Amino acid sequence: MKLASVPIALTQCAKTFRGTRVLEPLDLRIGAGETLVLLGPSGCGKTTTLRMIAGLETPDAGGRIAFGDDDVTALPIEKRQVGMVFQSYALFPNLTVRGNIGYGLRIKRVPTETARQRVDELLAMMRLTAHADKPIDQLSGGQRQRVALARALAVQPRVLLLDEPLTALDARLRDTLRGEMNTLLRELGITTVYVTHDQAEAMELGDRIVVMSAGRIEQIGSPRDIYYRPANRTVAQFVGTINRLAGERRDGMLSTTGGAVPLPSGATHASSAHEIFFRPEDAYLADPAHAQLRGNVESSAFLGERTRLTIGGAAPDALLIDVAGRVELARGTPVGISIVQDALIALS
Amino acid sequence: MNSIPAPLPRAAKPHSRLRWPGSRTWLAAGQWLVTLLLCAFLIVPVVMSIVAGLTVNYFKGVSSGLTLRWLGEVWTQYHGSVFLSLEVAAATLLITLVTGVPAGYVLARSKTRLSRIIEEFLVLPIALPGLASALALLVVYGGFTMFRMSVAFIVAGHVVFTLPFMVRAVAAVCASSDLRTLEEGAASLGASFFQRFTTIVLPNARPGIVAGALAVLTLSIGEFNLTWMLHTPDTKTLPVGLADTYASLRIEIGSAYTILFFIMTMPLLVAMQWLGVDATGQRSAARKRVAVSPSSSTTTP
Repeated sequence: MKLASVPIALTQCAKTFRGTRVLEPLDLRIGAGETLVLLGPSGCGKTTTLRMIAGLETPDAGGRIAFGDDDVTALPIEKRQVGMVFQSYALFPNLTVRGNIGYGLRIKRVPTETARQRVDELLAMMRLTAHADKPIDQLSGGQRQRVALARALAVQPRVLLLDEPLTALDARLRDTLRGEMNTLLRELGITTVYVTHDQAEAMELGDRIVVMSAGRIEQIGSPRDIYYRPANRTVAQFVGTINRLAGERRDGMLSTTGGAVPLPSGATHASSAHEIFFRPEDAYLADPAHAQLRGNVESSAFLGERTRLTIGGAAPDALLIDVAGRVELARGTPVGISIVQDALIALS
Repeated sequence: MNSIPAPLPRAAKPHSRLRWPGSRTWLAAGQWLVTLLLCAFLIVPVVMSIVAGLTVNYFKGVSSGLTLRWLGEVWTQYHGSVFLSLEVAAATLLITLVTGVPAGYVLARSKTRLSRIIEEFLVLPIALPGLASALALLVVYGGFTMFRMSVAFIVAGHVVFTLPFMVRAVAAVCASSDLRTLEEGAASLGASFFQRFTTIVLPNARPGIVAGALAVLTLSIGEFNLTWMLHTPDTKTLPVGLADTYASLRIEIGSAYTILFFIMTMPLLVAMQWLGVDATGQRSAARKRVAVSPSSSTTTP
């Protein structure tokens, strides 16, 4: 199944609810066929943005939304030809699985035979054929999620909008379905906007990720950009875990409590106080005599494939370091750590 | 008898967790006693009334023999009232369905102050004595003789009285965020407002509608206060007829009349309950309970 795709453009779209600005004016271009993930904590405005694209909310005066060349700002959702999957799935309890998937086709008065064929096709694609005539309340969470997706795709929408479609499922199922969803979205080639607060989903599914917080966009970029080159602290702290090294800048080095780290060249600042950041997986244990920083193990958490150490005394803040799962270190063990040179992240 | 079914006797007093097993037994026994006494208090008069309607001479007691004569007499004299009551109830139900269901939906959706005010005004006829509502109707419409003399006048009174029950039952279901999301889902699939309302809102609001219809039918059939004021000799409904028989005829006939009342309303109640439960089974039954209870207690300010 391959669907036509259109680009989406939001221009100066803001949203105010009863005098409260929940979304600052926002510009967003989504390429045809692209999967764009809106990522952020709850209340950051990501769902409001999605609902504006869907047509369930209208932007404040001055905002414009276009699908390709088609200005849809004034169109209500039923005229926008979007496929939407809701967080709660919003499946119709008065209809069967088949009735749900075929609902949009019935509304559009698609000839019965054509409609039946398309529903059958979608049932097969989503592995729901055996459940076609069951009412919704007899389905498992994963099956409901697939029905919701099939229902949205049945009407051959111009864009696909997904509002936390995996949040209602348990962790293991979520992992499986995330992979399936990825394959499906690549296959369909439809312009997709995907809202989530789960960074694993964002990383795996997004061509680009928009990190949002407090009603504004913090950064737009590829998953790798967001992770390795976060634009600011908010992004760095929301996506993954990050360590902060604070100290004095001296001769191209950052000297801190437990040693000194060479600074990437080019960074010039007026003051001598300085700080730099790195991810837990970018540091490694080294011989204390030659290591950049020295400290002691404060605690150690075994997570299976890796062990996360909390190191004290190396920097003003405790540092989190990921090492191989087999490494066992007692509390208080003195350790040396070094940081992969180009993994240092400078943040304003 | 002409009000909503009385709340069940308090069967379950809060379980106090006392240590002695003996006191627990006592407590249980006490609970049973209270429950049974309350039941007896409520049920005995009903049973006595039925028995009275079937005995040849109530003052001599059951020993005078049982008979269906009184029932027959009541039927020949008042079968017109039976059919009239059914007609009035059906017409009332129809009007409350056509107006109350959309009204309940709109009130549940609208967040304006005006809709809250309308909601409060709708409840007024329940809070006011039926006599007052009837008087108001008479003052305003009494002059339209054709209308005043017809059954439609009674129906109008019943609609004023029963509409809030329908509106509230429907509004309670429609206010659920579930239904709202379902509507958004239907809209995303291209359904216009009218299509959403008929294919999604109505079927999923059915428990509320059935609950409302149940209330409207039983209230209409049992309504006395308002009807007594509004009725003419040609428009005597069942309860008005009952008052007549108690006032002017022998007690046996009055009691037989009560039996007639029972025979009429019981199957109706059972049928309506069934309707609410059948097609979708347990779920809608459970939902209905949820839907009915807030309708009587909560109003969002």
